[in-house]
Amino acid sequence: MGTSLDIKIKRANKVYHAGEVLSGVVVISGKDSIQHQGVSLTVEGSVNLQLSAKSVGVFEAFYNSVKPIQIINSTIEMVKPGKFPSGKTEIPFEFPLHVKGNKVLYETYHGVFVNIQPQKGKLTPSPVDFTITPETLQNVRERALLPKFLIRGHLNSTNCVITQPLTGELLVESSEAAIRSIELQLVRVETCGCAEGYARDATEIQNIQIADGDVCRSLSVPIYMVFPRLFTCPTLETTNFKVEFEVNVVVLLHPDHLITENFPLKLCRT
Amino acid sequence: MAVFPWHSRGRNYKAEFASCRLEAVPLEFGDYHPLKPITVTESKTKKVSRKGSTSSTSSSSSSSVVDPLSSVLDGTDPLSMFAATADPAATDSSRKRRDRDENSVVGSDFEPWASKRGEILTRYTTTEKLSINLFMGSEKGKGTATSAMSEKVRTRLEELDDFEEGSQKELLNLTQQDYVNRIEELNQSLKDAWASDQKVKALKIVIQCSKLLSDTSVIQFYPSKFVLITDILDTFGKLVHERISSLCVDHRSVLPDHFSPENVNDTAKETCLNWFFKIASIRELIPRFYVEASILKCNKFLSKTGISECLPRLTCMIRGIGDPLVSVYARAYLCRVGMEVAPHLKESLNKNFFDFLLTFKQIHGDTVQNQLVVQGVELPSYLPLYSPAMDWIFQCISYHAPEALLTEMMERCKKLGNNALLLNSVMSAFRAEFIATRSMDFIGMIKECDESGFPKHLLFRSLGLNLALADPPEGDRLQILNEAWKVITKLKNPQKREVNTVLADVIKHMTPDRAFEDSYPQLQSIIKKVIAHFHDFSVLFSVEKFLPFLDMFQKESVRVEVCKCIMEVFIKHQQEPTKDPVILNALLHVCKTMHDSVNALTLEDEKRMLAYLINGFIKMVSFGRDFEQQLSFYVEARSMFCNLEPVLVQLIHSVNRLAMETRKVMKGNHSRKTAAFVRACVAYCFITIPSLVGIFTRLNLYLHSGQVALANQCLSQADAFFKAAISLIPEVPKMINIDGKMRPSESFLLEFLCNFFSTLLIVPDHPEHGVLFLVRELLNVIQDYTWEDNSDDKIRIYTCVLHLLSAMSQETYLYHIDKVDSNDSLYGGDTKFLAENNKLCETVMAQILEHLKTLAKDEALKRQSSLGLSFFNSILAHGDLRNNRLNQLSVNLWHLAQRHGCADTRTMVKTLEYIKKRSKHPDMGHLTELALRLPLQTRT
Repeated sequence: MGTSLDIKIKRANKVYHAGEVLSGVVVISGKDSIQHQGVSLTVEGSVNLQLSAKSVGVFEAFYNSVKPIQIINSTIEMVKPGKFPSGKTEIPFEFPLHVKGNKVLYETYHGVFVNIQPQKGKLTPSPVDFTITPETLQNVRERALLPKFLIRGHLNSTNCVITQPLTGELLVESSEAAIRSIELQLVRVETCGCAEGYARDATEIQNIQIADGDVCRSLSVPIYMVFPRLFTCPTLETTNFKVEFEVNVVVLLHPDHLITENFPLKLCRT
Repeated sequence: MAVFPWHSRGRNYKAEFASCRLEAVPLEFGDYHPLKPITVTESKTKKVSRKGSTSSTSSSSSSSVVDPLSSVLDGTDPLSMFAATADPAATDSSRKRRDRDENSVVGSDFEPWASKRGEILTRYTTTEKLSINLFMGSEKGKGTATSAMSEKVRTRLEELDDFEEGSQKELLNLTQQDYVNRIEELNQSLKDAWASDQKVKALKIVIQCSKLLSDTSVIQFYPSKFVLITDILDTFGKLVHERISSLCVDHRSVLPDHFSPENVNDTAKETCLNWFFKIASIRELIPRFYVEASILKCNKFLSKTGISECLPRLTCMIRGIGDPLVSVYARAYLCRVGMEVAPHLKESLNKNFFDFLLTFKQIHGDTVQNQLVVQGVELPSYLPLYSPAMDWIFQCISYHAPEALLTEMMERCKKLGNNALLLNSVMSAFRAEFIATRSMDFIGMIKECDESGFPKHLLFRSLGLNLALADPPEGDRLQILNEAWKVITKLKNPQKREVNTVLADVIKHMTPDRAFEDSYPQLQSIIKKVIAHFHDFSVLFSVEKFLPFLDMFQKESVRVEVCKCIMEVFIKHQQEPTKDPVILNALLHVCKTMHDSVNALTLEDEKRMLAYLINGFIKMVSFGRDFEQQLSFYVEARSMFCNLEPVLVQLIHSVNRLAMETRKVMKGNHSRKTAAFVRACVAYCFITIPSLVGIFTRLNLYLHSGQVALANQCLSQADAFFKAAISLIPEVPKMINIDGKMRPSESFLLEFLCNFFSTLLIVPDHPEHGVLFLVRELLNVIQDYTWEDNSDDKIRIYTCVLHLLSAMSQETYLYHIDKVDSNDSLYGGDTKFLAENNKLCETVMAQILEHLKTLAKDEALKRQSSLGLSFFNSILAHGDLRNNRLNQLSVNLWHLAQRHGCADTRTMVKTLEYIKKRSKHPDMGHLTELALRLPLQTRT
């Protein structure tokens, strides 16, 4: 059988910040000894615009104008050409993460349009209280048909640390109709733009049910949502693109009413 | 004095009977008759009576599907509870160890979940069809947003999601057993998936399983479903924990029991975090809750405070569960996991309880009620579904809890309306001592509970279980019992199982150290309540513990009291005669107990009471057509109750009745078998009677039994009875005790003899004895009997004998017994017989006249007069006055009666009028002549 090559990074959570030293080992294992032309390790980071299948056409206009932005690029030679003995060979490595030139190193992120990397921010708590009644709703076709309800709640902060959950409380004071479900919908809003215009796309990245069934009236239900690690990043605004997050409190009433209250979030990493 | 010959008048009884009868006049239709029903004929009345009967059908439709009582007996076995609390936890030698026990490890006095598990599974069952709905596939249709993901990301997510291609499974129509098997299969496939390193698949299985807990269709099964599914969750939690622990050890060291998060390496932490992140992204609330709770223990790998932060959060999270039943079980699960992992964190347990109280009102909300209507489940069978979960929560809370906390909780429960459910759980979970000391409070609360919700008897049961473990305050006991029984007796459907348990429980707790000796009144009260409640004695006695319970009454007086109560109720409520061996055996035992209490010191009243009760029982025993069985029962009864005379009398009557029943069944024609049986009955009576004390009782029974024997063609037996009666007469004392007073016995004897004579008329003579041997013997006895000096009873009796003899000399007797040839047909008017008869008459008349003579003294003149008149009347009625000497005698008697002016003129006038009237009858012409010879004395 052939030879396998694996890179193991020392840090278990694989999260590194600018200025830190990335360390790990390259593991080469094989049954026979292997001839090689040398091993070198390259660290490469870039911001790349990807074309979403959804918005073909919109982007074509400016797609080519945005080139992948390289933000980090460094190569080290680990081993000179030679031969690996049979069995397992571990080659340790480490190199510092330095941003190339005067670029900012963004947090790694995989979005529909944008894949990015890290950043830093400051957090000021910004609690929000809200009340939802038929009267507070917009986009209602027949307000009279809506059953009466009064839902109050608050979010402890719309400025969130990305590693900490979104918290708050929600309280159904009254509702004529039985409640089917209350959900938190985390939505990511990506905006890409340039001089020619911009494209905006909102995507549900997580949906968490916080109440199932006809919950007790006047008893607060906790709002609690852990931000998914893979799909969230600190809110980002650059000249070329924006990544923002919103949370929708969605209340489903019997038989078929859907009530949504939207809250923009500002995520950051401390 | 000359001897007067007797000539009886020939009688035609039929003609006499006909002439005495009122003439029957046919009634014309329109005629008035007082007994004719009044019929008002009005044609309109029919319409009115129709109304009101239309809506009557709806009332009976509300029978509940699940018997609310059937759950009474389940639940905690009192023994194991007893054992659990009695376990002396304080024996641990090292103090350190005990400290740790109290804080971080649940002691052995905490009843483990495992012991509850089985109970719940057996108790909450269903016959309805169940379904398992597993959406193992990715929820493709759900989020439209997912389609916006990049192709690469999506495929990666789908890899995570799909562990089986399109594996949405819906299993319908499962029986309960199928369901259990399926869940077990899932449990196995979880282990398999884990073993084959398919962690994601394992997680998906767990998620899908816990999703089943949000489904409350077939709600009766929900507690069992909870048990089954939490088993899977436990498996999962264990697997995850093991996996992470294995990451912590680097093949060299073993992770210590009480490790701190610093000892955990990054890889393990990262893996652990990964699990939590994965779980945090589970869309639905219930699976997210359960899965996270199942790996609660893993928080220890991450931080010291992890669990203490996590528990309150999960507690709050449950608030989002709308269905109160689902939510209370979620709380129970959290409490369980919490107790296992961090028993010192009491706060969140309490929080769970208080949260539950807040949501308690939901049970009566529309959503729940609608659901119950849809499923056809009624509130009394719905509420007990909460019990296992609540009991568990309460048990966790009350474990080593300070008294103050318990009091507070009780207060909180009190504040809620219809808190029966809570009360019940409080009582089943809190320390028995705590409950017992407040039992009156509890009773008060129970009484205030709404009857419509949680069945009250369940509450009392829980209370009772506590009281069985710990003593309530001395003074309250009886009151407690009374209150409890008031409710228990209200149960519409007496369930013997429950009663049995109660009794068994009481027995168990009263037997050690003969504790029952101190609480007879209470025990007695229990029995009273039980029997007041069970009117069907076959059910009562099939209650296994009933008789053992009776055995606890070892003090005789109490024991007899109890037996009396039982019999009273039996007599009162037993409608149909019974032959149920269970009842018979038990009641015989009871009656024997009563009977055996009789001794020389027993008061008469007491005896009478006991006899009355036993008789009541004997009368209710019937083996139907099985007469032999019946007789052997009477034999057995005789041997058992020989000390109570009235019972023996009753038995004799019963046996006589039995003989007559047999005769009736055979329509008078006994077969060989029935004849033998009847003789057996007769023999029974014959040998039983002598054991009686009361002389007239004996006499009457001899006579009665003789009549029965005669009716059944047992001639020699009848003779024996009559002879026995005759030979008994000399023993009749002058004075007898009637109702505590001494009274002369002669009038009773007179009465009896008259009765006896009328029987003797039809008794045929024995072929080997002389003519009329019974009458002769009787006359001898009468002759020899020492009568009162100044009484005429002897003469009265002789007069009666005269009547008898004249009746006997008739060609055809006044009455007969079917199939028994009396002397009339035996002798057929034989002259020898008649001569013998007349000779007897003469003797008797001589006696009478002799006596009349002795009365010729001043003080006896009045007696002489009335006696003379009565003799005159006898001759008039029975004698043939065409005979000159008899005619002369009657005239003499008439004069004798009037001689000293003692006669009542009106009677004399009436008598004369009667004679004149009779003389008008065709063959009574001679009376006219007689009437002329009877002057009426005028008052001067």
